Amino acid sequence: MRDVAVIAYAQTPNVRTERTRNEVEMLMPIIDEVVQKSGVPRQEIGFTCSGSSDYIAGQCFSFVMAVDAVGAWPPIMESHVEMDGAWALYEAWIKIQCGEVDSALVFSFGRSSMGETAETLTLQTDPYTMAPLGPDAISMAALQARSGLDAGVFSERDMAEVAARSRRDALSNPEAQLAGEFDPEALLKSPYLVSPLRAHDCPPISDGAAAMVIAADDTARNACDKPVWIRGIDHRLETHQLGSRDLARSPSTALAGEKAGVGQGKVDIAELHAPFSHQELILKQALGLDDDVRINPSGGALAANPIMSAGLARIGEASRQIAGGAAQRAVAHATSGPCLQQNLVCVLEG
Amino acid sequence: MAEHAAVIGVGQTDFDAKREDVSQVGLIREAAERALADAELDWADIDAVVVGKAPDMFEGVMMPELFLAEALGGVGKPMLRVHTAGSVGGSTAIVAASLVQSGVHERVLTVAYEKQSESNAMWALSIKMPFTPIMVAGAGGFFAPLIRGYMERSGAPEDTGIRVALKDRLNALKNPLAHLKLPDVNFEMIQNSPMLWDPVRYLETCPSSDGACALVIGNEKHARAASAPPAWIHATNMKTEPTMFAGRDQVMPKAGLECAAGLYKKAGIQDPRKEIDCAEIYVPFSWFEPMWMENLHFAPINEGWKMTYEGATALDGDLPVNMSGGVLSTNAIGASGMVRFAEAAMQVRGQAGEHQIDGAKKALGHAYGGGSQYFSMWIVADQPLQ
Amino acid sequence: MSEENEPITRIITPVHVEYTYTPGVASERFLRGVREGKLLGGACDACGRVYVPSRGACPRCAAPTSEFRELSDKGTVITFCVVRVPAENIDVELPYCTASILLDGADISFTGLIQGCPFEEVRIGMRVQAVWKPEAEWDFSIGNIQHFEPNSEADVPFEDIKEYS
Repeated sequence: MRDVAVIAYAQTPNVRTERTRNEVEMLMPIIDEVVQKSGVPRQEIGFTCSGSSDYIAGQCFSFVMAVDAVGAWPPIMESHVEMDGAWALYEAWIKIQCGEVDSALVFSFGRSSMGETAETLTLQTDPYTMAPLGPDAISMAALQARSGLDAGVFSERDMAEVAARSRRDALSNPEAQLAGEFDPEALLKSPYLVSPLRAHDCPPISDGAAAMVIAADDTARNACDKPVWIRGIDHRLETHQLGSRDLARSPSTALAGEKAGVGQGKVDIAELHAPFSHQELILKQALGLDDDVRINPSGGALAANPIMSAGLARIGEASRQIAGGAAQRAVAHATSGPCLQQNLVCVLEG
Repeated sequence: MAEHAAVIGVGQTDFDAKREDVSQVGLIREAAERALADAELDWADIDAVVVGKAPDMFEGVMMPELFLAEALGGVGKPMLRVHTAGSVGGSTAIVAASLVQSGVHERVLTVAYEKQSESNAMWALSIKMPFTPIMVAGAGGFFAPLIRGYMERSGAPEDTGIRVALKDRLNALKNPLAHLKLPDVNFEMIQNSPMLWDPVRYLETCPSSDGACALVIGNEKHARAASAPPAWIHATNMKTEPTMFAGRDQVMPKAGLECAAGLYKKAGIQDPRKEIDCAEIYVPFSWFEPMWMENLHFAPINEGWKMTYEGATALDGDLPVNMSGGVLSTNAIGASGMVRFAEAAMQVRGQAGEHQIDGAKKALGHAYGGGSQYFSMWIVADQPLQ
Repeated sequence: MSEENEPITRIITPVHVEYTYTPGVASERFLRGVREGKLLGGACDACGRVYVPSRGACPRCAAPTSEFRELSDKGTVITFCVVRVPAENIDVELPYCTASILLDGADISFTGLIQGCPFEEVRIGMRVQAVWKPEAEWDFSIGNIQHFEPNSEADVPFEDIKEYS
């Protein structure tokens, strides 16, 4: 396997509603920023891969216009996944492993504000047996939380503490959307939104985009003072049928974590894509993270959750922690599908 | 490449306007099971799954691979979902190949599909947006003006498109899986069919199909162990350019020209017309055959139509094109690119039945999408690349 | 076969999702212009080529199109097609002719309807002029231009417009 590193990362500030700029106008400055920072001339970047969803964007082929922000002239080698940008990163990493290219631009964008996200995500469920029942994303997450509470895997207090910590950490992240000091006791007194979830257990609706440049071996070493090496990356999937799964656990995360080599060294920080507070607790257990691992110093998805981009943002935020010297080894995670159906784990080292 | 990769299993569904006998699950399962049977493998032998299809709104399901995962044996495995507009079937096969070529996996299943009868693609392509009245009537409305541009530039005889359509429709009669079959098709029937998007006639366009295509791609070890001949992947390439920009040549896009040139270079091909035995390319409107003959460097610019006219692209020509009957006969959008790649593989494996080109050793699979801006291609052969 | 043994081949699940679109900075300028009967093009900061409507970027340079220029509502037909098949969400009566029109001063063509002459007379290189709706009906929409019709100017040779086709 070739050594591949994150050599530049940038994201837009996450906001509730991006009222003025369209997707291209959001992407152009951050793509420009990562390309500049990477030190690899734009024309020499070997591959480009993006992640986004037409149902979030509200139109077919929404990724096509995003190409306008890349500078695809002369034509570029390019691909797109209808998935979170973390999987676009995976495709780019594979392309580099093939030896075909030495560097890649990865980006993703999501504007959850455009539609009614929780209801739109209903369309992600089995169209014959589940979607007609209309389960929205928050209700499905609530089923999962209930399952974990009843199994004694975590408590409502644990969930409130995750929310309070996430939003406190977000105070020091200028690109986060929801930040503030909250007392877990006070949070527990607030009413249920969809029992057993309270508002603080749920992610904000966010508009945002992220971009990253990765490179192999000497291309990374020559371009960058502090490459952040991807030591392992793997992703796994579970069945779609909620009734067939133990929702309080995440075996696909555990398997991806094992394959990515999470346990092969001390983990300093973890950026986990947990849109709902209880999901962080499930993921922490699945990855076997000790209590001294600092989780989501960025504030995580509870502070900003641009759908289709929040997973790539976890890998980007983790790489920033290493590049900035706050950590030597980090675990980053991305999720997709109802109740953590699909999970990607990436191990990063300085 | 870190590893050689080869197609060791091919499976396609029967294609029809409405496959009401199966759900989306049944449809992809039909293709995947046929590919696994062809490869003499079981679900447990597969390391990873790659799914491709065109816009989610075509079926009304967001990221449908999530609910299809179990039926594709994806539980506990890595699964990717590719979407690169009309070229997606080709790009999906390329991503699957790269999982093997990188050395990360040994055997990968890839499936591309569309079940257009479960929703309405024309609707999905014409979603009413504020500020802008829609004037472009679906894909035909977009591509017909480009065809007119090509006719103006090349001075091609006006019946070129009819000749291409006749050839492809006759080829489809030899393909048991093809969707649209017109047993008594002839020149006049096509010529007299209604003009839909002038200059494009009804029988010069593709149907709307339900269907799926699946491939099993294996590394060298598994390819050599397979009992059926493998189709060795010599080269793959993808290129993209933006939809609209000042000075863009939409008729003869540079992304296609460069994609093909790069592909041939990787495959060690100097004279594509001589060295490639047959080509299965993405021709949703008949006029795109001559246009792509030029774009693929088989003919000089503005002379692609001569290949059609001289019969070079017929089954008995020097470069048979669209032996299967092509997209003109079968178009399950998301699957269409992969069907092209599959047909190329079937030819070099000697699997193509009545539409087999005798002695085909090296074949091109081609797909394109968006506003003629996304290209994906591969070269497969009966022997590994030296 | 009794009804309960009939295969179920189809269920219908109506889906309703609403979206709020943001046109973007550049498109907003264009729409504000068109509300006043003006066609504003955006010039690329890097290469100077003029886009209409601009979506905010020159895709070949990946640079913003910051400067706006008012363009003529006259142009040249780059290519066209006659549509004889109905499509969803299109309210124009069949058959109709759509054309790619290169407005004077722009570097990219623009889709418009051609009316005011028989379809057989529409040709590549033909000069056309916008016909606007009555001013009272103007909105933030390119639909303010009802259609284009031929003017009496001489055709532009194909060689001069080939690079825009």
